[in-house]
Formats: sequence, structure tokens, C-alpha cells
Amino acid sequence: MSLVLQTHRLSKIFGAVNAVSNLSIGLNKSSITAILGGNGAGKTTTLSMLLGLLLPSSGRIEIFGKDFISNRYPALSRMNFSSPYVDLPQRLTVRENLLVYAKLYGLRQPSASVDNMLQTFQLEEFSDRRLRKLSAGQKTRVSLAKALINKPELLLLDEPTASLDPETAGWVRKLLSDYQKEEGATILLASHDMKEVEQLCQKVILLRKGKLVEEGSPSELLTKYDRQTMEDVFLDVSKGVNQ
Amino acid sequence: MKIGSVSRIQALLLRYLYVLRSSWPRIIEIAYWPTMQLIIWGFVSLHFGASQPEITASGILISVVLVWDSLFRSHVSYTLSFLEEMWSRNLGNLFVAPLRPWELMIALASISLIRTFIGMIPAALLAIPFFGVSVFDMGLPLIAFFFNLVFTGWAISQVVTGILIRYGLGAESLTWVIPFLIAPVSCIYYPLSTLPEWLQQVAHWIPTSYVFEGMRYLLLEGQWREDLLIKAFLLNCFYFTLGMSIFLFAFRSARKNGLLLQAGE
Repeated sequence: MSLVLQTHRLSKIFGAVNAVSNLSIGLNKSSITAILGGNGAGKTTTLSMLLGLLLPSSGRIEIFGKDFISNRYPALSRMNFSSPYVDLPQRLTVRENLLVYAKLYGLRQPSASVDNMLQTFQLEEFSDRRLRKLSAGQKTRVSLAKALINKPELLLLDEPTASLDPETAGWVRKLLSDYQKEEGATILLASHDMKEVEQLCQKVILLRKGKLVEEGSPSELLTKYDRQTMEDVFLDVSKGVNQ
Repeated sequence: MKIGSVSRIQALLLRYLYVLRSSWPRIIEIAYWPTMQLIIWGFVSLHFGASQPEITASGILISVVLVWDSLFRSHVSYTLSFLEEMWSRNLGNLFVAPLRPWELMIALASISLIRTFIGMIPAALLAIPFFGVSVFDMGLPLIAFFFNLVFTGWAISQVVTGILIRYGLGAESLTWVIPFLIAPVSCIYYPLSTLPEWLQQVAHWIPTSYVFEGMRYLLLEGQWREDLLIKAFLLNCFYFTLGMSIFLFAFRSARKNGLLLQAGE
């Protein structure tokens, strides 16, 4: 199976801190992978490097078979991202925000793409409302709509269902799963919701102190750690059991 | 599926126009300060005009105030639009899109020009009935003066936005402070010869000093000094390139230190 994203001995050092150390991972085309780890494990640092927002200290990143660090722009137009730690302009309406990003990604029919996203994410009734007047859950849906506006082949998500009620979170998970299947997209998501990981992901990457400590499918990891849930596996890995 | 970078510049410009449109007090504020400046300096001009007409001859005082404000407005408009991205924590979203830093610069410069026109045109028009001064009487040279000052404003903005992207919102106040650093040596209200010799040497490196000297020649002596405008333009090209390099350097430094995701927090 071809790899959409590959890192080779990727490292990031901030002063005396090794935020990410010699990370070598690969994402298969048309798959959903979770990147897990406790606070400070290096998830956000890794995602930032994979998005071109952060320059690695050493190592290589290949996305769509091309070196990403030296020329990230061709790949960026085929990618997208959503995170609760990054906002969209609050003074703009939902429609205006999506239209700006549709144009920013160079879509040929931006208005039609926006209408499609509004419908997909059930945002039509809020489309002319300013973002600052939406609830946290509605904002998360807008952020996800922005992340899918260019139909990305590679989608990076940081806690995609944070601040969503269980029903909406389930609906978003189904939407992401359907999107991955229909478009053949590759998704990398950071999450603290282990149920979500079990439901959605074909592969799990576990980090601790910036290092890769486990990699495999949820079922492989459950067997290896002899556990019933990914949450228990996560706790074992965090404590260094079986390492 | 995808088209070129013009679409990305348009997208950002649209975003800034949406912000502008979303708040009528914001539009009024853009025109408010230049108009207040005009009123105050207009009366100062009337006051001096009665006793020392050489100071206010040909509407020089009002004209320089208006033209100087175009530098300040262009700089503030550029930098405030950039600050909008930081305040709304949107830089991360922008730079995971295929947006080049230079495209952002062009979009910021474009909205800066629009906001400068919104601010300056009402003040310039009001000066005609209220104080009998029309900067438009300068004709084509006015365009040269105006664009040189706007150009200087953008060069300053690039340095300020570079500092903002590198050091965050703690450096926000520099937006208002930095343009006034060059005001004393820009010789806005007085001729270059007023400055002490050593400051004149400094002023020779400041493009705005040539603009205002050029304006004085034109308004007081009716002489169009092309050489002064060319010097101003060449210096502006140098400072603009320097400003752009500083911004790009700061941008790279922000990427190295992981500041783009944190900007605004």
C-alpha cells in the first residue's frame, strides 16, 4: 500500500528539550491513523511539523512522495487541518469564513463548495451568523467544514470532536469515516478520546516524551497489552508497561 | 481544480473587506482621525496665517498634514489588518493553506491602500470648503508624493509585522510608536535647513524628508523637483526590500520556534 506521508528520523529540539526525537512514521493512503500520547508527548509538535508551521531540527518529511520541508506549497493545497487551538475570524459569518477559505484554496466554484459544506455540516441555518455568536460545538463544525472545503487528500485533525456533545461527536465521526471511504482520503488525528480511536482508526501511533513507543492497529495493541480497551493500553504505554 | 495565487490574494482581501464591512464604527474611525487632524491644523493655520503668512502660504501647513497622514494611515491599516489575524488566532489556519508570505503582504498592502483612501479623501475634500485649501491643486505630483509616503508606510509595516510575528502581541504598541520615529527627520512642518547639521545627515537617509522638501518647492516656489522624488523613491525601494527581508526572516524564525500556532494566545 502506498504511503501518503512519511517521516524519517524527524526531530525537534527547543533549547534543551527534545520535543520530538527521531520519529519515523508512515501513513497509508486511504486510512485513518491516530496519534496518541499524554500532555507533552509531542503530538502537537509533530502535527505542526507535518503542516509546515514548524521547522524540524533534523529529519525528513515526505508528503505525496515529495520532500515537504523544501517545498511545502504543492502539498498544502491537497491537505487541510482543524484544531480547537486555532480559530477562524470571529467577526466574519460562517458563510464568509468558508468562502474566504474556498478562495484561499483556489477552488473554481467557491460558492457552490461553501453551500455543499453548509449542507454537509448542517450549518445552513447559521450561515449568516457571525462566528462569535455560535456555540463551541457549532464552531467546531465550522472548523471541520473549513478543513474539508478543498476535499483534502490528507487531513490532519487535532481533537476533532472536542467540545461536541456525544450525539454530534458520533455524527462527526461517521462523517469523517464516510469522507475517508468515499474520497479515499488519508486522515491523521490527535485525540484523547480512546473510544473514538477504536471506532475510527485503522492504525495507532503512540508517543511518549517525543519518541515513538508503539505503532499498530487497535486490535494488535489490545492483544499485545492484553487489555479490553484502548484507554487501558494508553495508560500502560504512558506508564511504560511492556516497554 | 486549483488556480493561481491571484485567487489567494483576492481571498485575503475579501476577508479584510468583510471585517471592514462588519462594523460601521470602524469605517467612521478610519475617516475620523484624518478629519480631526485637518480641523486642528486648519485652525492652527488660520491663526498663524494672520500674523505670519509665510508659514501658511499656499496652504502648505494643511497640505503637509494631510499628506503625512497618508503615511501613518497606510502603515496603521496594514498593521491592524495583520493584527486582526493575530487577535483572531487565525495565522495557523492561513499558513496551513498554500498561502505564501508575499501573497499576504500584497493583500495587506491592498487593504491598506483602500483604508487610506477611505480615511484621506473625506479630509482632503473637507479642507476645500472649510479652509480653502485643495491638495488636489498639486496635480500629478500629489500622486507621486502620496505613493512615496504610502510606500514608506508599508516598509515600516513590514518591520512592525515582522516583530509582531516573532515576539507576539506584547509588541502591539509598536504599531503606533514606530512611524513617529522618523517624523522629526521627515521635515514635515519645517524645512530641512532647520535641523542641526548632524540631523540633516540623518534626514538624507529618510525618504520622507525628500517628499516634504519636494512639496515645499512645489507649493511655495512653484518648482517641481523630480530629483527629490527620485531619491525618495530609490530610498523607499531600499527600505521596502529591507522591510520585506526582515518580515521573511521573522516569519522563518517564527516557524523555527513554533510561534505560528501560538500567535494571539
